[in-house]
Amino acid sequence: MTAASAGFGASRARTRRSLLREGARRHPRALFGTAVVALAVLAVLAVGFGTVSIAPETTVAIVLHRLLGLDTGATWSAASETIVWDLRIPRVLTAAMVGAALAVAGATFQGLLRNPLADPYVLGTASGAALGAAVALLIPVRIVVVEFGLVHAFAFVGALLAITVVYRLSRLSAWSGMTSLLLTGYAVGSLLAAGLAMAMYLSGATLRQIFAFLLGGFEAATWPRLAIALPLVVVGTAVILWRARVLNGLMLGEEAAAHLGVDVRRERAILLAAGSLVTAAAVAVSGLIGFVGLVVPHVVRLVVGPSARAVLPLSIVVGACLLVLADLGARLLGDIPVGVVSALVGAPFFLFLLRRAQSGYEL
Amino acid sequence: MTDLVPTDRAAIAGPPIVEFRAVTLAYGRREIVRAADLSIAPGERVALVGPNGAGKSTLLRALTGLLAPVAGQVEVDGRDVADFDRAALARRIAVVPQLAVLPFSARVEEIVALGRLPHEDPIRGPRPADRAAVAEAMDRVGLGRLLGRDARELSLGERQLVLVALAIAQAAPIVVLDEPTVHLDLRHQVEVMELLVDLNARDGTTVLAVLHDLNLAARYFPRVLVVADGRIAADGPPADVLTAARIRDVFGVDPGILWGAPWSPASADR
Repeated sequence: MTAASAGFGASRARTRRSLLREGARRHPRALFGTAVVALAVLAVLAVGFGTVSIAPETTVAIVLHRLLGLDTGATWSAASETIVWDLRIPRVLTAAMVGAALAVAGATFQGLLRNPLADPYVLGTASGAALGAAVALLIPVRIVVVEFGLVHAFAFVGALLAITVVYRLSRLSAWSGMTSLLLTGYAVGSLLAAGLAMAMYLSGATLRQIFAFLLGGFEAATWPRLAIALPLVVVGTAVILWRARVLNGLMLGEEAAAHLGVDVRRERAILLAAGSLVTAAAVAVSGLIGFVGLVVPHVVRLVVGPSARAVLPLSIVVGACLLVLADLGARLLGDIPVGVVSALVGAPFFLFLLRRAQSGYEL
Repeated sequence: MTDLVPTDRAAIAGPPIVEFRAVTLAYGRREIVRAADLSIAPGERVALVGPNGAGKSTLLRALTGLLAPVAGQVEVDGRDVADFDRAALARRIAVVPQLAVLPFSARVEEIVALGRLPHEDPIRGPRPADRAAVAEAMDRVGLGRLLGRDARELSLGERQLVLVALAIAQAAPIVVLDEPTVHLDLRHQVEVMELLVDLNARDGTTVLAVLHDLNLAARYFPRVLVVADGRIAADGPPADVLTAARIRDVFGVDPGILWGAPWSPASADR
């Protein structure tokens, strides 16, 4: 009797859960709206937390005042305004942008390579960026243009150079497009990692700085840096969103995609370029933050299904939320690297979801 | 039910919907098909049979624009396939995809909906008409009972039916299949064949299928092409084309193994 009623209760809970999941799957727009609101609330809270606490209403009032010149009657000190406007808002917005960029790039690379283990870094962008940053740190000259130093520039260029080399080399191989991209990416990535190891070995006092880049973080976020990276991310993301159709077609393979009206060779090059641009821009401002790009698209897929038309926009918002949260955690825990926090939060959550998923991921 | 009387080809009016003019196909330097000529009228059901490596699939790849001919020309609706952009061609020719491992879990209806991609606006995505077409295709194939199921949990036969539904949702005047029955048990083989006949009869869809099973080809296709060694060795109604001598010649197998007796139209209808 008790066992039976317990079983009944459990099945009712399951029905409620599956109804919720049905709702999410049928109405991705409503889910998207909810996620955007959550991101906004999270961002306001994240601006408030820190060594100096700022009330959420003060944050909102300062933003309204600075952006629209509105006077809400609230008062605040000049110090609060500096903290909010010059330090925390750029940092929170950068975290959101980087999270969005890495998540959308991850969804793109997973769909493009038809591989659930792909992430934005899989084709060598990470090693390229890291080597670029390391080389920049080893050069004794300091050049800074609009707060964009050699490290940022070299990381950006390194990431794009790496993916270009991978793409060019992959086209020489006899393997089918996606397989050869993955294998070439792995090979080139290993080569660059060796270069990075050598640079770190030779770096001496700058080792710590190289290491900080590898872990990633938003301590160095400023308005000008955000302003330079944001357009790149926006353009790349728009190009990707425009091609949700292509990513859907690729679900059944390259040939099936071609039969469904996708010019596979051309679209692959475009998506690769857009995904890499977005990744490179994110990496240039924040260093290598792992895990967001791998996990967020999967989490989103488990909720809304595999259609890129729903996965891409939701990944953008959820990725932004995750890194705003991770950065907040990192600050509250005494400025530990944000990559550590995102992995600490993300990995167990991901494992939990994988257990819950109705069917496993085949590779 | 199934129309087993071979369609009179002369009775099918209009210009050809598919035309191969002296088409030579090659992978690199390896020539697969030599100077093939072929003309298919709208509304025909055509089976391509022949040994492995004879060039059947290669002919289909040329038709669907995946392989450009080394010489000659492939035309759809009187227009060179090379002149179509991919989406336009996909609106003319639906190809039942090969079974593939899905990278992500996907529901049956989400797979069928992929058939609407060539009709979809890149920004706005699927419209109510697309959703209606998906629902209708699922209905036709009888997939209602699989609604909401993860496509990766299905049997091979069910998966094949899902892919046929995808091609039906694509709503193209030509449907192309490459060995659609290869993994299937008898019931699913018949189910797929009946669907093709129904599509052909009700919508006038032209059907081209590569088949290994000569019995299925003879039973469900009024016109059979025997492809051997890169040439179209025979073309016509199954009774004329699938003769004992030709089967022995092309496949190197005694037809008695297949039918217990030399081929005759009567045994095909049994």
